[in-house]
Amino acid sequence: MRDKRMTADEVVGEIKDGMTVGIGGWGSRRKPMTLVKALLRSEAKDLTVVTYGGPDAGVLCAAGKVRKLVYGFVSLDTIPYDPWFKRARETGAIEVLELDEGMFQTGLRAAAHRLPFLPIRAGLGSDVLKYAPEIKTVRSPYDDGEELVAMPALKLDVALVHLNRADRHGNAQYLGPDPYFDDLFCLAADRRYVSCEQVVETFDGPPQTLLLNRMMVDGVVEAPGGAGFTSCVPDYPRDEALQREYANAAADLEQWPAFYERFLR
Amino acid sequence: MSDITRAEVCVAACADLFLGAGETLASPMGLIPSLGARLARLTTEPDLLLSDGEAFLLTPESTVEGWLPYRKVFDVVAHGRRHVVMGANQVDRFGNQNISAIGDHAKPTRQLLGFRGAPGNTVNHRTSYWVPKHSPRVLVEAVDVVSGVGYDKAAGPFHDVHRVVTNLAVLDFATPGHSMRIVSVHPGVSVDEVREQTSFDLVAEDVTETRLPTDEELQLIRTRLDPGAKRDKEVPA
Repeated sequence: MRDKRMTADEVVGEIKDGMTVGIGGWGSRRKPMTLVKALLRSEAKDLTVVTYGGPDAGVLCAAGKVRKLVYGFVSLDTIPYDPWFKRARETGAIEVLELDEGMFQTGLRAAAHRLPFLPIRAGLGSDVLKYAPEIKTVRSPYDDGEELVAMPALKLDVALVHLNRADRHGNAQYLGPDPYFDDLFCLAADRRYVSCEQVVETFDGPPQTLLLNRMMVDGVVEAPGGAGFTSCVPDYPRDEALQREYANAAADLEQWPAFYERFLR
Repeated sequence: MSDITRAEVCVAACADLFLGAGETLASPMGLIPSLGARLARLTTEPDLLLSDGEAFLLTPESTVEGWLPYRKVFDVVAHGRRHVVMGANQVDRFGNQNISAIGDHAKPTRQLLGFRGAPGNTVNHRTSYWVPKHSPRVLVEAVDVVSGVGYDKAAGPFHDVHRVVTNLAVLDFATPGHSMRIVSVHPGVSVDEVREQTSFDLVAEDVTETRLPTDEELQLIRTRLDPGAKRDKEVPA
């Protein structure tokens, strides 16, 4: 079996200008921040970033990496709004596709299943479709004739996710209570990279915690603390103090450069 | 029991949202709706399901009775056995709700959370709203962005916007045109005050007074559910 271990910089070396990058986790939880930091340091630009957004969305906006953001929300959980995302939106700096959370999942699933779209009710009647006129509806071919949203596949060039444990072949395990959508992100992407707290020879714990198998992963990065300051339970909770520092610095352009220097290291 | 606070009236009004819900997932956003859901579970609706806001379903004794990560929440949304109580930066007379952005969506004057699950919630299962500060800025003539779907835009077979509970009143949409009406005003609040704090005309026929919590409910709220009285920060007395 192949040894897929690589460095974070090698991972982001695969990310080219204009690519669509999916980022796993949820809000300020289990975000692959070591990989995101490597991406911040890289030359890549004009990215389409697809995320259940947390500080990953904020810092990538801060660094000017984002051409278009695809999201259902951006939030730091204990701090409702991410200041960098707010600034990017309020200055019109980024293009957006703002979706219902369920539409987002359905779009990833369509991509994962190599389908052009999947039907869902979410979106009907709301302004999601007004601001995304490219998303069409479809009528049920059966007797009910119901009109549904035809959620298009959210195809990703690259998926970046962070799990608790992985082996060098790309099997990976979550040990917290929620898998989030990291398996779907990997299935929806052409190239899939997992960072993890620890690379192990064999896995402890029930086999249901093995969220990713090696068919779904192209590269493994050992990155202890690699989700910080977001949470990666049970290895560590969110670093609320550092998150507050981030939010304060992000809200104040004078403070930001010093914080950013420190954050990148 | 005496000295009942406005916050406690609001908690009981939120508990009443779940009357008849049975084995349904209650998804309250915000402190007072959460206290209301937990109160309902301890009193009128013992079959209600409640999550810890993360991935577990908890009993009133905080033991884990189920696993409900986000992906399974989406299954419940689509399946329909859920009653969500969402916040609203804006809500209009037909129950359209905005948590996405203020101003033009292309370049908002104030970016908010985003659509979150509001579009899906409102076309799949019962939805109520909690407004801790009833004002003309929140109860608006027309929302800037439709996140949660109101009655004038209702789509599909499962749209069901139930009630709006605010710090002043309980409102619903049980009028011929599904325009918002006052069900009850909280003790000490007048119909005129509610109208002054609302940007559109409210239907106000047969308005009653919102019930006071019972002694049993007060006991539960004060000693078990919120002994630190955090509720008074969300709705000052």
